Amino acid sequence: MATVPPNFPEIKQEQLKPYLHDSIVVPDELQGNVLITTLDKVYNWSRKSSMWPLLFGLACCAIEMIATAASRYDLARFGMEVMRPSPRQSDLMIVSGTVTKKMVPAIVRIYNQMAEPRYVLAMGACATGGGPFKEGYNVVSGIDKYIPVDVYVPGCPPTPEALIYGLLKVHEKVERQSILTVPWYRKDQSEFVPVPRLGADIFDPRQVELIKETTMKKPVEASAATTGGGDAAAHAAGPKAVSGKAKSRMEEAKRRAAAKRAG
Amino acid sequence: MSATLVAEAPDQTQTGTLADVLPGVLGTTSDDTDKAYLVAADKILDALAYLRDKEGYDFLSSVTCVDYQGYNGKQRKGISERFDVVYHLYSTKKGGGHVVLHAPIPSNDTIASATSLFPGANLQEREVYDLYGIKFEGHPNLRRILLWDGFNGHPMRKDWKEAYFDEDSKPFRSRHPKGSYEFHEDKLPWGKNATYPAGWDPDTWQAPVAYVPVSQAPKHLGEAHLDTESIVVNLGPHHPSTHGVFRMLTRIEGETILALEPEMGYLHRNHEKIGERNTYLMNMPFTDRLDYLNSMSNNWGYALAVEKLTGIEVPERAEYIRVIMAEFTRFVNHTWSIGFILNDLGALQTPALYAIEEREMILDLFEEVSGARLMCNYLRFGGVVRDLTAGWLTKARYLANDRLPRALDELDRMLTDNEILMARGRGVGYLPAEDLISLSVSGPMIRAAGVAYDIRKAEPYGVYDRFDFEIPTLPHSDIYDRYYIRLLEARQSVRILQQALADIPGGETVGFGDYASATLSQGFGSIMGGKGGYNLRPPEGEAYARVESPKGELGFYIASDGKPNPWRYHVRSPCYINLNALGPMSVGYKLADAVVILGAIDIVLGEVDR
Amino acid sequence: MFGTGLLKGLGVTLKHTLETFADDRGKVPDRYRDSIELGQGRRIINQPIDQEGLLTIQYPEEKRQLPERFRYIPMLIWDSEKNEDRCTACGICAKVCPPQCIWIVRDSDANGKPVTRPAEFYIDAAVCMSCSFCVEFCPFDAIKMNHDYELAVFDRYPQLVYDMEELTVPLEYYAALWPEQYAVEQEKRAKDEEEKKAQDEAKAKAAAAKAAAAAAKPAAAPAASSGGAKLSRAEELKRKAQERAAAKAGGDGESVPSPAASAAAADGEVDAKKARMEELKRKAQERARQRKAEAGE
Repeated sequence: MATVPPNFPEIKQEQLKPYLHDSIVVPDELQGNVLITTLDKVYNWSRKSSMWPLLFGLACCAIEMIATAASRYDLARFGMEVMRPSPRQSDLMIVSGTVTKKMVPAIVRIYNQMAEPRYVLAMGACATGGGPFKEGYNVVSGIDKYIPVDVYVPGCPPTPEALIYGLLKVHEKVERQSILTVPWYRKDQSEFVPVPRLGADIFDPRQVELIKETTMKKPVEASAATTGGGDAAAHAAGPKAVSGKAKSRMEEAKRRAAAKRAG
Repeated sequence: MSATLVAEAPDQTQTGTLADVLPGVLGTTSDDTDKAYLVAADKILDALAYLRDKEGYDFLSSVTCVDYQGYNGKQRKGISERFDVVYHLYSTKKGGGHVVLHAPIPSNDTIASATSLFPGANLQEREVYDLYGIKFEGHPNLRRILLWDGFNGHPMRKDWKEAYFDEDSKPFRSRHPKGSYEFHEDKLPWGKNATYPAGWDPDTWQAPVAYVPVSQAPKHLGEAHLDTESIVVNLGPHHPSTHGVFRMLTRIEGETILALEPEMGYLHRNHEKIGERNTYLMNMPFTDRLDYLNSMSNNWGYALAVEKLTGIEVPERAEYIRVIMAEFTRFVNHTWSIGFILNDLGALQTPALYAIEEREMILDLFEEVSGARLMCNYLRFGGVVRDLTAGWLTKARYLANDRLPRALDELDRMLTDNEILMARGRGVGYLPAEDLISLSVSGPMIRAAGVAYDIRKAEPYGVYDRFDFEIPTLPHSDIYDRYYIRLLEARQSVRILQQALADIPGGETVGFGDYASATLSQGFGSIMGGKGGYNLRPPEGEAYARVESPKGELGFYIASDGKPNPWRYHVRSPCYINLNALGPMSVGYKLADAVVILGAIDIVLGEVDR
Repeated sequence: MFGTGLLKGLGVTLKHTLETFADDRGKVPDRYRDSIELGQGRRIINQPIDQEGLLTIQYPEEKRQLPERFRYIPMLIWDSEKNEDRCTACGICAKVCPPQCIWIVRDSDANGKPVTRPAEFYIDAAVCMSCSFCVEFCPFDAIKMNHDYELAVFDRYPQLVYDMEELTVPLEYYAALWPEQYAVEQEKRAKDEEEKKAQDEAKAKAAAAKAAAAAAKPAAAPAASSGGAKLSRAEELKRKAQERAAAKAGGDGESVPSPAASAAAADGEVDAKKARMEELKRKAQERARQRKAEAGE
C-alpha cells in the first residue's frame, strides 16, 4: 500500500533492535528465523505495550486526555485504548488537572488501590506544580507532594502530542527496569501512602509532629481564631523548622544564584 | 454597540420609581454604572417578594457577597457595615435589564434566606456562607459547600490569607528586579500549601459531623409491609459518570431515588480569590479555565463586564469575530454534550467519538487565530487580541456551510429516533418550567421546558440583534428534550455562523497589519502587543454583565474601587446554579437515570466549583 | 423497528472502511495530499479541510502542522546579528504574567550600577499558563512563544524551572517558527533603527561640536567592561551546562547510570549551549525546508 514506505523492512528491523539481545549474535543463516532476547526485554515490552490507564479526569487537562484517546490521536496505537474506571485493573494513573485539597484524599486512596507495577503521570502544570492556581487556598501544589510521580508533562494544557510524548517517557522508564531489581517482587517494598486528612487545613499524617511543633509551641493567639486568619502560625514559623529536603533545595538555589552573581 | 451593552435598569414602575415603592430601601447608588438599591437587611424578603410578585422579576440570577473591609472608595461613605449581600434579579417574561439589591449585613453576620421565595438561592447562599461566613436564617441546609466542614475560617474575607500569600495584589515585587527563583514550598516548614491556626492539634482533631439531608431520609416509602431499609449510595468523586470530580449522595429504596444531594468543591480552584489579587487583564486567561470547553464565551462574558465598567467601545469587525467564535464554541459544546449524554446512557465511546469529530476541526481554527486549542485567551477589552489569519474565513465558511450541517444531520439521523434514547429519555428527569425558573435554572434546560428565554434575544449583547435566528423550544422538559434542544440550538448556531461569516466587515486581511482591537492599535512597539490594558484602572463602581454561554447564563460581577485590581470578582456560573435542579429532578427515578439527568444538565466542573 | 439503529450504525462504519480502503489504493492517498513527507514513514500532517472525518495522527512518527501562532512555553531571543540578548530586564513580562511565574534579576556592572541586561531569568514551567501575555507586552521582541511541546521530564525540580540558558534560542529559530510575524517585525525594526540612527547622528554632531575630546574617553570604558562581562558570562554558561547535564543524568528515572556514563555525558555536553544552538538551528532549517516544500505544492 502506498502509505507504507518502500524501506519498510529496514525500518521494522531498526525498531526491533531494542528488543533483541545485546551481546549474543545470531548467525547469518538463522537471521530472520531466530530472535534472541532477554527476559527483561520481553517482560518490559509486554508491560509497556498494554499499559492501561485509569479513567480518571480532574480538570481541563482531562479534556485533552479525552481528545488524545479519541480518533485523531488514538491511544489504541499504544495498547492504551481501554481506560479502566477501576484502579484495581489499571497500571497508569494520569493525573490530569488541578489537584485540590478536597480531592487529594480520594486520589491517594485510588493510588493505594492500584496494583503494582503502577505508574503516575502528572499531566499539565497544575498536577505538576500547582500551575496557575498554585497560590489558591484549596489547591495542592503538585500531586508529587503526596504520591510519587514518574513523569511530568508541563503545559497548560499539554496538547495531545505532548501527552503522548509523556506516555512514551513512561515507556522509556519501563524499558529500563529489570525484573531482578523491581520493588514489587520483593517483600515489604510496596509502598502504602498514608491518606491525608482534612482538618483545619489538609494535613499529611506523616507530618503531624512537624505541624504540632509550629502550632502548639506558640501561645494561643485570640486574634487568629476570630479573624479566621490562615496566616497566623505558618508565617510566624521561623526557618528553624524547615524540613531537610526543603533546606537542601534552598541551599542549592542559593548556591546557583551566588555562582551566577560571582560570574 | 455600547448602547446594547449597557442595558438600562428599568426603574420606572406603574406607581412611580422603584426607589419609592420598594420596601426597605435605604438609598441608591445612582452615579454607578449599575444602579443598585440599598435595602435594609431585615426587609430583604419583603423587597424580593415585591419584585417577584408586583414587578415580574421572577428570576433570581445571582446572589453573592462583597467584603468592604478596608475599602476606601467614596461609594461606601456613611455605610459602616462590612458585608453586603448582592442580589441580581431578571425577568424571564419581560426580558431586559436587571434590578440590583445591596443588603448591608448587620454585625451578627445574619440575614434572612431567600430560599423561601426563590429556591434557586440555595446553592448560592451556601457558597456565600462557606466563603464569607454570612449566615442565612431559614436556609434548609446551611453548611459548607466548596470547602469541607472544619476548614479554618472563611477564605474570601479580605483579611484571610493563603499559605502561599505573597502580597495583596499583583504584580508581586519579589519577581523583579531582584527576583531570583524561590520555591513557595520552602517558605513553610511542611513544604505544602497549608496553614494551621495557632493552637490547633492534629492529633486530637475530630471532624465536625454535618447534617446531610440524605442521611436521615425516611426508612420506608409508605410501604410498611416491605421489611427493607433504604440505603445511601455514594457516586463519586471518582466515578466515570460524574463528568469530572463531582459527588452525588443518593438515598435509594430498591433502585428508586428518595433523595439526592450534590456534593462539590473537588475542583474548587479559588478562582475568585485569585481574581481579586490579579489585575483586570490577568483574569482573562483564568476565565478560559472556568468552563474549559467554551473558553471563548467565558472570555466574552468577562470582557463585556469590564467594557461596561469602563465604557470601552468595540469595533465592528471585532464584534463579528466574537460572535463567530462564540457560536463555534456553542457548536463544540453542544455536540460534546450530546456525545456524553449517550455515553451516560451506556453507549460507551462510539457516539461520543463521532460527536466530537468536528470539534477537532473547529479547535484547529481556534488554534490558528489564538495559538491554543482549549485555552484561547483570545478576547481583550475592546476587541480581540489579533485579527484573523489569512485564509481563515475561507476555512470557517467551508465548515459552517458544509461540514457542520452535515455532521449535525448525521447525529440527527443516528440518534434522534434511536430506540434506547427514546426509552431512557422520554419522561425521565421531568421538572415543570415554573420550578426550573424559581430554581434559577437557565440555558438549554429551560428552553427544553418550553420557556423561550435566551439572553441573545432578551437582552442582546454584541451584534446578536443583527442576525436572523430562532430560539428553539421543546415542551416536555425531560432528558430526551434536553438532548434534542442541543441539536436544534447547534443548528441555530450554524445559521448565525453562516450569516456572520458572510457579513463580516473589512474583508480578508493579509498579514498581521490590521488589528481588530481598539486598544491594541495603540501598541507601543511590539507587533503583537499593545497597552491592551495591563494596568487598566476602571472607575469606581460595579458592573454585572452576562452572556448566553452554551450552558446558560454566564454572568460576571465586578466591583471596582478604582485600583488596578478588582475589589470583587464574582462568576455567576450557569453549571453551578443549574445543579439546584439536580435533586428535585432525580427524585422518584432510578439510580441509573440520575447519571443521565446529571449528564443532561451538562456541567463542567471547572465552572461549578471555580 | 427494533434493531434498525444498530444496522444504520454498522452501515456508517462499513462506509468509512470502504472509503479509506479505496483512498489507500492511490499512490498518494487523498488524505495525505497536503501533508509533508519526511521519509521513513515520518510526515507532517496537515488535514485538508474538506477531508471527511478525521485523520489519525500517528505521533511520534507523524506530527501535526502547527499554526504559526501556536503557543506553549515562552523562549528568549538571542539576537544572532548583534550577538546579544534582546532582553533588557525591563520586567514588563514579569509584571503582566498572570500566575507570576517569571523571575528576573537585573544585572549590574562592576560598580554595582544596574544595566539593561538580565543576570538571571527564570520561568517555572510548572506554573506557566501559556497565556502569551509576556509576548504581547514585550516592547523589545525579546520573549516569544516556543512551539516545542516535547518537554516531559522525570523530575520536576530543577528540570522544569527553566533558566535563562534553557530559554534562550537564536533568532533563526524564531524566524523559522514564526516566519510571517518575523518578517513584519524585522521590517519595523529596520525602520526604527534608521530613525534612531538619524537621531543619533544629529545628537553626535551636536555633542562633537561641544566637546569632542571629552566625549571619546568615557565612551570607550563601558564598552570594554561590557565585553569582559560577556566573556565571563560565556564561561559561566558553560559551567552551568555541565552541572545540569550531570544533574539530569543522575535524576533520570530509576536506573542508576554508571559514573563513566555520566562522565561521558558531561563530557559530551561541555559546550552544551553551542550544541543546543546548533541543534536548534538545524531544526529551524528543517522547518523552513518543510514550509518551502509546502508552499511549493
